[in-house]
Amino acid sequence: MNTLNSTITSEANLPEETRAQKYDDKPAETVIEEGRTVGKPLASDPKFKLRNVEVFYGEARAIKNISLDIGRNEVIAFIGPSGCGKSTFLRCLNRMNDSIDICRVKGSLQLDDQDIYDPKRDVVELRARVGMVFQKPNPFPKSIYDNVAYGPRIHGLANRKSDLDDIVESSLRKAGLWDEVKDRLDASATGMSGGQQQRLCIARAIAVSPEVVLMDEPCSALDPIATAKVEELIAELSASYTIVIVTHSMQQAARVSNRTAYFHLGHLVEVNDTTKVFTSPEHELTESYITGRFG
Amino acid sequence: MTDQRSQAEIVRQSLKRRYRKERRFRFYGIAAIGVALLSLVILFTDIIGKGYTGFIKTTITLDVVLDGEVMYLQDAADPEQLDMADFQAPIIRALQQYFPEAQDRRDVRELSRLAGSYASNQVRDLLKAQPELLGTTQTLEFLAHDSVSVYVKHADNPSYSIRLSEQQQRWVDQLVADGVIDTAFNDVLFSRGDSREPSNAGILGAIVGSLLTMVVTLVIAFPVGVAAAIYLEEFAPQNRITDFIEVNINNLAAVPSIIFGLLGLAVFIGLFGMPRSVPVVGGLVLALMTLPTIIISSRAAIKSVPPSIREAAEGIGASKMQVVLHHVLPLAMPGMLTGSIIGMAQALGETAPLLLIGMVAFIVEVPDGFFSSATVLPVQIYLWAGSAEQGFVELASAGIMVLLTFLISMNALAIWLRKRLERRW
Repeated sequence: MNTLNSTITSEANLPEETRAQKYDDKPAETVIEEGRTVGKPLASDPKFKLRNVEVFYGEARAIKNISLDIGRNEVIAFIGPSGCGKSTFLRCLNRMNDSIDICRVKGSLQLDDQDIYDPKRDVVELRARVGMVFQKPNPFPKSIYDNVAYGPRIHGLANRKSDLDDIVESSLRKAGLWDEVKDRLDASATGMSGGQQQRLCIARAIAVSPEVVLMDEPCSALDPIATAKVEELIAELSASYTIVIVTHSMQQAARVSNRTAYFHLGHLVEVNDTTKVFTSPEHELTESYITGRFG
Repeated sequence: MTDQRSQAEIVRQSLKRRYRKERRFRFYGIAAIGVALLSLVILFTDIIGKGYTGFIKTTITLDVVLDGEVMYLQDAADPEQLDMADFQAPIIRALQQYFPEAQDRRDVRELSRLAGSYASNQVRDLLKAQPELLGTTQTLEFLAHDSVSVYVKHADNPSYSIRLSEQQQRWVDQLVADGVIDTAFNDVLFSRGDSREPSNAGILGAIVGSLLTMVVTLVIAFPVGVAAAIYLEEFAPQNRITDFIEVNINNLAAVPSIIFGLLGLAVFIGLFGMPRSVPVVGGLVLALMTLPTIIISSRAAIKSVPPSIREAAEGIGASKMQVVLHHVLPLAMPGMLTGSIIGMAQALGETAPLLLIGMVAFIVEVPDGFFSSATVLPVQIYLWAGSAEQGFVELASAGIMVLLTFLISMNALAIWLRKRLERRW
């Protein structure tokens, strides 16, 4: 028993040492200056104009004084370690945080120069313009057709069946799913593969012709092949939509986005052209993150 | 190496203990289920063994000469004469065909007690409907007297013959041998209301009363319960008032049902002046009793709808109401229906609150509406079980079987609905 114990302790010691080594040169003293973002957070003719945004969950401050512009038809990637607030920030853009009772948003958030959090603003209209794709594929337990047609139906975008058929077909085509499902539009969406489901969710989001599509880690539940298809799709969609994508995969951010924003503990540390972020980041925290020293 | 071996040894020894524990636990489980099943078997054997005779009726078929002179009836179309006539006489004459020796008063009285006491009514009703039959001979099937019925059904058990005299027993034995007295499926049970005489009593009145009561309960409790659950789950702000309401609903689910009966008596009958013994009041009381069950199960069903579906709908721009109506409600429906049916099954078997609002009255007529006096299945069983006659004891067991059939089919319906609707998911 004695020897047994000692083996366990000596083994347990091992990773601690490496951990210590690993974090020895970690920029622990790096001071994040609140509200200061290095790089190019601002744009000339932005779709979203976000100034001094703060988000609170009860007493806790999840987003700390962030200012950012998101340009028209650009693909911007939010990266950062878990819990850094990138998803929270994303969900402010179409007020998905509204359903969380303890969540409060401060600051000025504007979409095309109109305040998003104006009490008079209709959240239904906002979400019709700013669509969203979630981390886990979440098709409705209905047919493939009904999934895509649901948005146009509730917004009254199609008056005739043929119009609706057209919208469904074009959305599925844009999502690269048409050829796979055109013969079984009445089949249940829950019977599709994960990748197909996620592309169906994208088709569902773009069926209401939004101006912006928010994607919250859209590929985290998908295998590499399905991921490649979704990324291809993002590249195609970027021609006509503004896309904001939250991702844990830096390769994905590098592949699909024009600009990349790095979040750290609720701060927006750096925003730059994607190539710049991944080749010569300006901030040392960004560098530590993309070289894999933490996160 | 030695260390590893000793560690493996420790694991092996603990494994043995673990498996022993698991085996023991499995045995407890099987024993518990075995006891439950055994009790069920005993219960059912007892009820069926006692009650199957309730489903059998004893008939006595006679060639009755509808002789106007014997009945003191000249004109069957005259209602006044019908009221005065003696319809017992032709039946006795018909029986005397078989037993010509029975002529003195005592014998005639004993003879008259072979056919049920409603036999003479049957003759009168026939003549009232078809006065032209006066003077003809008709083959009529009467229900045998209750004591004859019990004697015939339990021919192998002498303890059931005490209500017949030895002479009567001899007569009955002969009539059975002649095929005059016969047994058949008891259609009376399913076609009549209660009666003072067991062979003439049926459960149809109670079944109809139960159905009417259940309709009222369902129509009130289901929409109100589901609406309350949706409001509390989806729209109500999270504050002290909703907490208070929630605690109270949970408490109400545990309140003894007789309290609801007192409430019904005080409020519906006392305050609103509604009539006693009617299905509407019974349904209202049972609705109040069932509401907490429906609300609690509906809330659980709504809670179990995955939040991702809500988010998906909200993300497309569905309003709160659209999210609830298009997505949450269809997905929660199987759970809500199951909860409601189980609540209804509970209400169907409920006796105590209905005793207090007067549904325990002796009611012969089958109720024809929500405001006519009625009784319900469990109360009918309670009434019959309290009677001394062997016939009623049999009827009570038969009634229990009918009630159990209803309950089992309701629960089967709940299971079927859940399976069926869940496939869409």
